[in-house]
Amino acid sequence: MIMPLLSVRNLTVQFRVDSGWVTAVDDVSLDVGEGDCVGIVGESGSGKSVTALSILQLHQRATTRIPSGTITYQGQDLLRERGSTMRRIRGSEIAMIFQDPMSSLNPVLTIADQISETLRQHQGLTGVAARKRVVELLGLVRIPDATRRADDYPHRLSGGMRQRVMIAMAIACKPRLLIADEPTTALDVTIQAQILELLRDLRKELKMSVMLISHDLGVIAEFAQSVIVMYAGRVVEEAPVAQLFRRPVHPYTVGLIAAVPKLDSDAPRLATIAGRIPGPQEIIVGCRFSPRCALVQPRCRDEPPLMQPVSDGQSARCPPRILVLGERHG
Amino acid sequence: MTDTGLGSLTTVHAIAAPRGYGAWRRLLRHRSFVIGSSIILLLTLAAVLAPLISPVDPSAMRVRFRFRPPSQAFWFGTDMFGRDVFTRVLYGARVSLFVGFAVCVVSGLCSAILGVIAAQFRRLDGAIMRLMDALMSFPAILLALGIAAALGPRVSSVIIALTVAYIPAGVRIVRAAALTVREMDFVQAAQVSGASSLRIVLRHILPNCLSPLLVHLTFIFAYAMLAEAALSFLGVGIQPPIASWGNIIAEGRDYATEAWWVMLFPGIAISLAALSLNLLGDALGDMLDPRLKGGE
Amino acid sequence: MEEVALIRIVAVKFLQAVPVILIISILAFLLLSLLPGDPALIIAGEQASPAAVEQVRRQLGLDRSFLEQLGIWLFNLAQGNFGSSLVLNQSVLSAVAERLPVTLSLAALSISFTIPVGVLLGSVAAYFRRTWIDSAVMTVALLGVSIPAFWIAILGVILFSVQLGWVPSSGFTPISQGVGPWFASLALPALILSLFQIGFLARMTRSAMLDVLGQDYIRTARAKGLSEWRTVGKHALRNALILIITATGILLSAAIGGSVIIEQVFALPGIGRMVVQAILARDYPLVQGTMLILGFTFVMINLIVDILYTLADPRVRHD
Ligand SMILES: Nc1ncnc2c1ncn2[C@@H]1O[C@H](COP(=O)(O)OP(=O)(O)O)[C@@H](O)[C@H]1O
Ligand SMILES: [Mg+2]
Repeated sequence: MIMPLLSVRNLTVQFRVDSGWVTAVDDVSLDVGEGDCVGIVGESGSGKSVTALSILQLHQRATTRIPSGTITYQGQDLLRERGSTMRRIRGSEIAMIFQDPMSSLNPVLTIADQISETLRQHQGLTGVAARKRVVELLGLVRIPDATRRADDYPHRLSGGMRQRVMIAMAIACKPRLLIADEPTTALDVTIQAQILELLRDLRKELKMSVMLISHDLGVIAEFAQSVIVMYAGRVVEEAPVAQLFRRPVHPYTVGLIAAVPKLDSDAPRLATIAGRIPGPQEIIVGCRFSPRCALVQPRCRDEPPLMQPVSDGQSARCPPRILVLGERHG
Repeated sequence: MTDTGLGSLTTVHAIAAPRGYGAWRRLLRHRSFVIGSSIILLLTLAAVLAPLISPVDPSAMRVRFRFRPPSQAFWFGTDMFGRDVFTRVLYGARVSLFVGFAVCVVSGLCSAILGVIAAQFRRLDGAIMRLMDALMSFPAILLALGIAAALGPRVSSVIIALTVAYIPAGVRIVRAAALTVREMDFVQAAQVSGASSLRIVLRHILPNCLSPLLVHLTFIFAYAMLAEAALSFLGVGIQPPIASWGNIIAEGRDYATEAWWVMLFPGIAISLAALSLNLLGDALGDMLDPRLKGGE
Repeated sequence: MEEVALIRIVAVKFLQAVPVILIISILAFLLLSLLPGDPALIIAGEQASPAAVEQVRRQLGLDRSFLEQLGIWLFNLAQGNFGSSLVLNQSVLSAVAERLPVTLSLAALSISFTIPVGVLLGSVAAYFRRTWIDSAVMTVALLGVSIPAFWIAILGVILFSVQLGWVPSSGFTPISQGVGPWFASLALPALILSLFQIGFLARMTRSAMLDVLGQDYIRTARAKGLSEWRTVGKHALRNALILIITATGILLSAAIGGSVIIEQVFALPGIGRMVVQAILARDYPLVQGTMLILGFTFVMINLIVDILYTLADPRVRHD
């Protein structure tokens, strides 16, 4: 079997709080293959960002620990790496863009300054050469009037333009993998579509893998080939997109799909899952979704369910449902 | 700008962390708070109970006992007049703490009133703030020096001088807080529902300005004690024979190489008092200012 | 367009300074009328003959009405006349000018210790927040703002001048007699003067840095693969410095205010020492005039700080 570009195995991430350590990400495994586009979906607070940040070790050192797991990038365990190796990978091998383009750019540095910094760090480009490449990159992310824009400070740009600048910065060194953490969440719907389209085009052009994180399954469905559904720090289901929509297994996935707005439907109201996602400090024995689950059974509250394969490429963390579905289909 | 996940559509809004829960306990667990408040309490107690702790008259001169080094009989030694330095430091604490406290209370009241007026009555805002700018243009100690000199060397003039010197900073803080609170939903709602402006000020605006003001005043307490000591040291503040930490040091200065104890102990006392108040201010700032807390 | 906005901001700040200067002038005038009782009598001294008191009264124009006095005061000020000393036989302006080099040297030297040390300590504490490094640095800073300068100055003299003999214990050597002696005469006073300011600046820098280090753009800088040094030294510090600029006015004010006390301890013939001596000698016109000059100076300093702040922050500059 060919080795995936990035492979996360049994990752657990904990944060220090007043009363000790809490687990924000629990035993998460996922793969991103060469050229793949993987989507991670789940409500706000399900541990998507924490997972993504720990790949590049961008979390706060002092208050975070990773008691178990491996993150393998091209055969190299990133969790064992520190300092210079991680810095060489960040921005040149694996790049990342964030949710809020308003606050993700440094307000006191010009756009050209911020983009050329990456070029200098990884490719040694400076001066005129760097400048030329910056303008080229701004053109690539379709910022009009790139030569003039380069010398602007971020606050002169709209949210969508700033996110384009973030993308330009991320692709500056042609990374193999782009992690996009809720890249469109802070933007208007129309801008959202433009940014997604830009990402899709760039992915093809640069032949990079993308890990797209969103709380919106609609966004993921448009973009990704395979989906990982996270809930309260755990992966609860993973499947190819089509399969997931055709036959969702986990009741949480079912809820998420029901919540995707349908363009052809007249009903403006979104179906939502009743209840609230538990925080990492809340102790729930058994399945962490059980307090909100419509199909909950007594055994769900006893012991944590395991991830089980359902069919080719699909697995889920809900033994009762798998059993029922298996009987129905089998 | 947080991501609006599905959860927020339902009940997340309704569930906020219970407010104020365990605030007092958190405060007690705060190291700076515990250390700072213990020291200042001890100093206050020592000042109040000075006559009981040391029944000697702080001004009693006994030339026979001049320049005795610290010993069993004279814990902090004696000065050039044979007065007991320990007793004088205790009585000096009374003056220093009183001046510090009085400056806090008076400048706190003036700041609250002027700050709220400036925020609430926009027509007076410019005038008040320009006056404050003008007062702030003099270094605080220099302003206090000038006023204390004009009013004559008395405890009351030191208090007035330092109060005037520290009002502008307090007014700025209250005004800024009041302007922020004014824009908040619950105040706007109260306005819409026809509450009188006096009621709005008293019930909504003032209480919300108190915590930044309280933090500020804790530091002012420390500054005022340091400034009082400096004024007294320069001979413009509390005059001998009334003992003040500043003037004990001034008197001991000429003999500092031989009778080091005369100036050493009052200096330690001032430092300790200022240190504890600064610690207390830091702790209160940590607890009461959510912005600072977020930074931690 | 950008330049126009900038000029407008600066113009507004200048206009705001005008009433402040007027208020300062009136406040300084009122200082004399704070004197309880008859100012002429107080200034001339209790033992003075009635003729001498009358002489002082006329000299100070105290025989005129209040408004007349104020008018004359402001009129004189407008012409650059800040009054004259009763004791020194000198105009206030020339008395201040004569002592300015001492105070300025002292303040400049202490500020040049303060800024690098304070910013460095504060940044280090913020970067290593909640570790022993943070605690150690912040304890030092706390001591700096808590220990009275005049006391530590006396201890410093005992240690460095009397015991070790490294520096002279008092007096000022003008820079015209060589940089070495000049520096030696000011090193200890400047160092002690900077202790409070270093503490203040370190505390301020730490909180500004903590604020900045938690911002998203710092994470972006790290995600680019920048070194910690560049992330903190360029991305964080530049933002923090904008916040810190606002503190420089307070620092200068503290330096001048502190020099009043330090000059007294080290017998440095500067403006601060002159003011204290003037107060003790009841030379009120000299006190009044000097306070006014210092007040004007600080209005200007605050104006410059304000403008620098505007220039440093692109967000303010453009909007
Ligand atoms: N630095 C941190 N300290 C403590 N808890 C954290 C920290 N960062 C994230 N968390 C918690 O971890 C959980 C997962 O967060 P996150 O990964 O940001 O969720 P999301 O799926 O919305 O990206 C949340 O409950 C959040 O409160
Ligand atoms: Mg997130």
